[in-house]
Amino acid sequence: MTYAVRSAVVRFGDTLALDDVTLEVEPGSVVAVVGGDGAGKTTLLRGLVGRIRLEHGEVDAPSAHQIGYLPATAGSWPALTVAQNMDFVGGVYGLSGTTLSARRDELLRRAALLDVVDRPASQLSGGMRRKLGFAMAMLHDPQLLVLDEPSTGVDPVSRIDLWRLVSEAAAAGAAVVMSTTYLDEAERAATLLALDDGRMLASGTRADVLRSFDGVVARTTSPHRRDWAWRRGREFHEYWPGEAAPRDATTLVPDLEDVVIALSLLRRHRHGLAS
Amino acid sequence: MRAMIVKEFRELSRDRRTLAMLIGMPLLLLVIFGYAANFRVPTVTAAAVGPGASRLAATLPSSFFDVTRIEPSGTRADAERLLKDNTVDVAIVTGRQPALALVDGSNLFASQAIVSVLNTFGDKISSQILYNPDLKTSWVMVPAIIGLILTFIGTIVTSIGLVRERETGTLEQLAVMPIRPSTVILGKISPYFLVASLDMVVITGLGMLLFSVPFNGNAFVFALGAALFLFVVLGLGVLISTISQTAGQAIQTAFMFLLPQILLSGMIFPLDAMAAGVRWIGYLLPLTYFTMISQGVMLRGASMASLWLPFLMLAVMAVVVFSGATLRFRRDLAPSRHHRHVAAEADADADAEPHAGPGPAPTTDAGRSG
Repeated sequence: MTYAVRSAVVRFGDTLALDDVTLEVEPGSVVAVVGGDGAGKTTLLRGLVGRIRLEHGEVDAPSAHQIGYLPATAGSWPALTVAQNMDFVGGVYGLSGTTLSARRDELLRRAALLDVVDRPASQLSGGMRRKLGFAMAMLHDPQLLVLDEPSTGVDPVSRIDLWRLVSEAAAAGAAVVMSTTYLDEAERAATLLALDDGRMLASGTRADVLRSFDGVVARTTSPHRRDWAWRRGREFHEYWPGEAAPRDATTLVPDLEDVVIALSLLRRHRHGLAS
Repeated sequence: MRAMIVKEFRELSRDRRTLAMLIGMPLLLLVIFGYAANFRVPTVTAAAVGPGASRLAATLPSSFFDVTRIEPSGTRADAERLLKDNTVDVAIVTGRQPALALVDGSNLFASQAIVSVLNTFGDKISSQILYNPDLKTSWVMVPAIIGLILTFIGTIVTSIGLVRERETGTLEQLAVMPIRPSTVILGKISPYFLVASLDMVVITGLGMLLFSVPFNGNAFVFALGAALFLFVVLGLGVLISTISQTAGQAIQTAFMFLLPQILLSGMIFPLDAMAAGVRWIGYLLPLTYFTMISQGVMLRGASMASLWLPFLMLAVMAVVVFSGATLRFRRDLAPSRHHRHVAAEADADADAEPHAGPGPAPTTDAGRSG
């Protein structure tokens, strides 16, 4: 069974938030939705879980009982302790008794939260709070797990923990969709969907996206065209769409970050949006 | 300095609720205090009973006494029943010398005015104040204060509790869970309902203990009126939460609901003394009707039958406000789900609890409609 949002169009007033966007995810795999702020990642995920109505398009999703969702905002009730948060969610999904306690303890152990079960969520660190939110979303063993920027604002160690949890969820058979602004995280997913300003820039496996990239990326310290260049460390990368770079440019094999940024610049130039 | 002032004006211009308060509140206060802040009751309703009822009614100054009942065959018991049922403010029993005016002390300002006017009759009419013989303000205020406390918990505390879910983003999670919007609302307000009920018992008990306020009526009638009233104010709290994004906005809005209830419900200023236009606002407020019930039951021992109007009004308000609040809250939690299909594996769950919560209803008409 493939869960999907197909040809989604979402409009908020005059703003076109999603324009003909398709996302598909298979059980046992992870799809990463990448893009900058305002790209439409959250809107797409909210469409998938039924939080917003699509103007056009369709959604294939399991029932609410089989969806686990970690929103970008919170993920837990701050005044409740870790255990109370888990118990509340378990109660909503019909878990109780030893089934609930066993599942709760197992998830908290994997999330390294067993030592803080009696601590209010408001007193957890950012990373711990996101891991708690993840554990709550996973508590009922959902078929579809939707995570909205689970690692944003989280320290590198907690990010590793979160990714381990995501991988374990997919290995257990869940279809996982997660949004992220970190392209290194997207590279770990089975497939990715890059969004920019509500439009699809690229989709498929990492190899598919890199293979379909058209144009040349060059490394330089003084870009020829500022509006086609971006900083990478101490130097610039510059995109030459569908054409050869100047002879003095040092071309490189673009990585996923280069590709997504280059495609985003290309789209903006085509729509006259480049600064 | 200039930049700070400009920034402040720009922020203010986008904060429509504060602007509305800044502009609307002075107007509201002007109107209320201009037309409503009046303790002098201009007219009262009166009844005359006994063999000399018609003759006595003719002698009463019509500018003050609005004689609505003349019962020549009536007795003192009939006069007391008219007062207990709040049919009139004063009932004068004739057929004895002097005639006896029984005054409803639960209507504080009216009874003060009545006693004052009756004193001009000298020894022709004696007066007896029932239900609040010493015309104590606390006896009248405590039953009304109970309503005010319930209003406070119902609107401000409940709306803050619900808005907090929105502020922390947990409303988003509730919306995706298989839980009906009505269940979310009932689950959220039940603790407030219980706390408010406990508060009501404590305040009533303390009022009786500290101020010797009597409780002459049926506790069940009182509890039923309080429960209906609580549903109205809790519904208002939910409604306020649906139009507020932050706790600050919820408090602002709840305050706009609370202030007219304090000033126009008859709790402080008698409704009979208000200008007609302002009085009708009072008749649209739930606290007005709860005060009628609480004062009626506690002071006069009024029966359910005699309080049918406030009970009916509260019941109608409860249905209207709660339905409106639920519909608005449902819209927040569960937007319409067109073009949505439930996956085959999950159908068993959907069938177990059809259309449960925000979960999509199973559909078969797949296909893009746009």
